[in-house]
Amino acid sequence: MPSALINVPAKAKRGDIIEIKTLMSHIMETGYRHTASGDVVPRDIITSFTCRFNGAEIFRADLYPAIAANPFLTFFTTVTESGKFEFEWIGDKGFSETASASITVE
Amino acid sequence: MAAASLSGFFRMADTRRLTRRNVIRGAAAVAAAALARPSLAQGAARVAVIGGGFGGAACARALRRLDSKLQVTLVEPNKVFTACPFSNEVIAGLRELSEQQFSYDKVAADGITFAAQAATKVDAQARTVGLADGTTLSYDRLVLAPGIELRFDALSGYDEAASTKMPHAWNAGEQTLLLRRQLEAMDDGGLVVIAVPAAPMRCPPAPYERASLIAHYLKAKKPKSKILLLDAKDAYSQQKLFEKAWQDLYPGMIERIGLSQGGRVTSANPATNEIVTDFGNYTAAVANVIPPQRAGRIAAIAGATDHTGWCPINAGTFESKLVPNIHVIGDACLGGGIPKSASAASAQGKACALTITKLLAGEVPAPPVLEGVCYSALAPDYALSQGGVYQPKGDIFVQEWAIGGLDNSAELPSEAKAKAAKTWFHTITEDAFG
Repeated sequence: MPSALINVPAKAKRGDIIEIKTLMSHIMETGYRHTASGDVVPRDIITSFTCRFNGAEIFRADLYPAIAANPFLTFFTTVTESGKFEFEWIGDKGFSETASASITVE
Repeated sequence: MAAASLSGFFRMADTRRLTRRNVIRGAAAVAAAALARPSLAQGAARVAVIGGGFGGAACARALRRLDSKLQVTLVEPNKVFTACPFSNEVIAGLRELSEQQFSYDKVAADGITFAAQAATKVDAQARTVGLADGTTLSYDRLVLAPGIELRFDALSGYDEAASTKMPHAWNAGEQTLLLRRQLEAMDDGGLVVIAVPAAPMRCPPAPYERASLIAHYLKAKKPKSKILLLDAKDAYSQQKLFEKAWQDLYPGMIERIGLSQGGRVTSANPATNEIVTDFGNYTAAVANVIPPQRAGRIAAIAGATDHTGWCPINAGTFESKLVPNIHVIGDACLGGGIPKSASAASAQGKACALTITKLLAGEVPAPPVLEGVCYSALAPDYALSQGGVYQPKGDIFVQEWAIGGLDNSAELPSEAKAKAAKTWFHTITEDAFG
């Protein structure tokens, strides 16, 4: 069951640098492993993560098989106005999850 | 090497008046040269052991047993040892702290010099240990068994002062009693939060044993209370068995948030008893914060720790990979597959003693075979056990086979295992201090 954890400060002052933390539960199967009978375990990873603020992309990451299960991404941004952060994870086997969080800028 | 020194002896005899003293010194130099240990010229070999826990005490005693001529000094500032195994029972009010305490009288009676002081300095080149009172101890071989140092720099807000409000209880003693008093003073319905660090740490199953025994206490005395484990790990050993026992014995009382659910604690606030993870804030009635750990401080002072904060060793001889003539045993060493436990420390202490006597005799030590066992109480008289046999492979110990290491029926909790745990505790403490 995919599930997202998001940590965005509820409030900040205009111009503050804030830290955003995200964690998506995901197996991140590399595609390099084999079963006991020798079959390849198909790759099943998150390939892309995007964060938009009020519709504009502010952060993006491409993910590869070397990244461990349950990718934990944390990054910083400067806030200039109140609004909504939207997060999107896309991956193999049609994986697609979204989450959002709002911030009030004073 | 021996031949070179032999000629040295004759040179010395040639150029000096041949006194009895000179002859003895020369003869000793020959013996020493065979071992490449010039400092043995003083007489019997000197081994210093820093740290009087299960590893250090067992090592010091084994050294004397193996070679009664060895001059063994045990450096330990505490005059009374307080054991960690079974201290979770003290927290839960099932046992008194005095039952955890042992003096070094019997150790000293073995002919071991007991230096009741902290070691403050190690000079690996000069092979000396500086003690807190300013005196210096010379050694041929040094054993570091300093256990762990709690990292009061790892969690924001959690320093040593904070631990007097939010006890770690990860070194047994006053901290154990403080956590017990806080539980006793807590109102029914309170939330007990236990913060668990990532591996490596001392006694990996102990946080889950602690949760079990605190739940036992709360169920009887404060049944509306809850326990929350905030864990920087996703999985832990015997997890299914613990979870099954919690469901059976303490339904609904223990909740655990693992790493991938956001359980890693990043900061603590002793003023508000708040514990903060990457994704949440929790206010505890009783906060038990177990911080990340590293090797005991003297190991870093000696230069025996690497970037991990632990001591890399040659697992075949326990020799430090970073400083010569120094062995590291117990929690402080990077043991690889062997969990940091009293049992492992004791086994390493004894194996290291044998290795040292072989090295001092100029022989090649056989690789050690270590047995480790670990009991976890789920309730009074009801315990889990696991264990293994470990052998060195390069720098680490590898588990050769497991004793009840898998989730199978041999591993199920029982009264018999609780009895075995008590016998084990008696044996291991007798071995080290009795």
